[in-house]
Amino acid sequence: MNYQAMRAIYIFEMSRFFRTYRQSFLAPVISTSLYFIVFGAAIGSRIDQVEGVSYGAFIVPGLIMLSVMTQATSNASFGIYFPKFTGSIYELLSAPINFLEATVGYVGAAASKALIIGAIIFATSFFFVDVQVMHPLAMVAFLILTCLSFSLLGFIIGIWAGNFEQLQIIPLLIITPLVFLGGSFYSTTMLPPFWQAVTLLNPVHYLISGFRWSFFEQADVPVGVSLLAIAAFTALCLGAIAWIFRTGWRIRS
Amino acid sequence: MAPIVRVNDLRKSYASGFEALKGVTLDIEEGEILALLGPNGAGKTTLISTICGITMPSSGTVTVGGNDILKDYRAARSMIGLVPQELSLEAFETVFNAVSFSRGLFGKSRNDALVTDILRQLGLLDKKDTKIMALSGGMKRRVLIAKALAHEPRILFLDEPTAGVDVELRKDMWAVVDRLRQDGVTIILTTHYIEEAEAMADRVAVIDKGQIMLVQDKDALMSHMGQKELIIQLDQPLVGDLPDALGKYGLEAIEEGARLRYVYDTKADRTGITALLNDLQLAGLQMVDMETRQSSLEEIFVGLVKGDAA
Repeated sequence: MNYQAMRAIYIFEMSRFFRTYRQSFLAPVISTSLYFIVFGAAIGSRIDQVEGVSYGAFIVPGLIMLSVMTQATSNASFGIYFPKFTGSIYELLSAPINFLEATVGYVGAAASKALIIGAIIFATSFFFVDVQVMHPLAMVAFLILTCLSFSLLGFIIGIWAGNFEQLQIIPLLIITPLVFLGGSFYSTTMLPPFWQAVTLLNPVHYLISGFRWSFFEQADVPVGVSLLAIAAFTALCLGAIAWIFRTGWRIRS
Repeated sequence: MAPIVRVNDLRKSYASGFEALKGVTLDIEEGEILALLGPNGAGKTTLISTICGITMPSSGTVTVGGNDILKDYRAARSMIGLVPQELSLEAFETVFNAVSFSRGLFGKSRNDALVTDILRQLGLLDKKDTKIMALSGGMKRRVLIAKALAHEPRILFLDEPTAGVDVELRKDMWAVVDRLRQDGVTIILTTHYIEEAEAMADRVAVIDKGQIMLVQDKDALMSHMGQKELIIQLDQPLVGDLPDALGKYGLEAIEEGARLRYVYDTKADRTGITALLNDLQLAGLQMVDMETRQSSLEEIFVGLVKGDAA
């Protein structure tokens, strides 16, 4: 294993993150605070408890998931797309590294960034609502797995994208709707039966549900199913990346 | 000693059907400087990209230090440093970090002293904390070279190293190449400037349309390339054959005898021009004008290929 290469990529990517700390840290904190003010305080005060939890607290897991998923995806996709765009990817392709090492470096960095942002948002939520975490270990595990799997997805998007528009289009058209409709801001039990069934087709729903369970011990789907879903999603992304590197798809002509 | 790079019947076709390499076979000896000379689109960059692992070969084999570039890619690539033609750099990183990153990517542990030394040799030391995007084109080129040298490669590929580069950098770069040669580093550079091949190379490989036309010691090649033409304009067109006294010069009458063409070798002890001019006068031919010109690279290529076939 080329540990030095993994380390070099990881540090290089993380330094990009800290170099643009205003954009990296402040943007998610500000947008989340706005969600808390609008949904938690202004609208939330008129909503009854959702399944025994105040609405302001209820949306905390969903908000963290929303930010973590979008950040993981965009960080990872940008991290690998940018060298493609500038041409500096020649160095990665000519280096003595395999797909696993490159993936660990890029995806590890993107997942770390998303994790840091998730932690910041979690800390921010204490300023607005009273949040309790029933299963802290499960919460951390769900958070890490989500950061990881969505960074893998972002990595694939970054390799696939041929221009900046394509880079944005999947997060915008697919991930954001899936996160919003997956129950970030509501319990799917509030939906009519038909739409509840449709939601079961949304993979993000399982993650949000499992993550919320770790907070309040209540979930829309059994927590085991959530874990299984995220494991399957991670495996799927890893398989796709292994295939990409073996065939050189979109990166090595 | 076995060649450090062995390219055997290497072919590369792109999805579009374009065949960039049509069976290239080439041995590169350890410690030599090989110039890969050819016009634009000849396949120089494709050849280098394939050896370095950026492009996948369609067929054929390449070994680097005895390691197959596909099966033993780690060992093969670890030996190679590549300076690409385009100024492809991460714009927002500092010079030092970018060079240090390259070292890590090739599996070497961090070594600030070595990176500092490389930056000093390339005249980049005072720019080490500057972001790359703030550098001039020439400075970016130096950064690319520094990145390629950061993992102490035994083989260095320089793809068009002096394209769009000022005189000062060219001199610095030749000095760096010279130092690397003394350390035993094998260097392959592509160029379409004959002067560059002449200044730096031990051997020259000429590539055109995806094929190696010839590989020759530079000195032998330069004697071909040292040929110039002298065109003599006569005051009256020559009628009939050339006078016998001029037979030994191999003159050629062109434009219906209005001009005479004489080919000579600038590297030879004697060009024969003085004697020719004397003999012209003795033969009673009057000149009104004369000019000399160097054959273009394309003409030399054609000449070489024809000469080889003969």
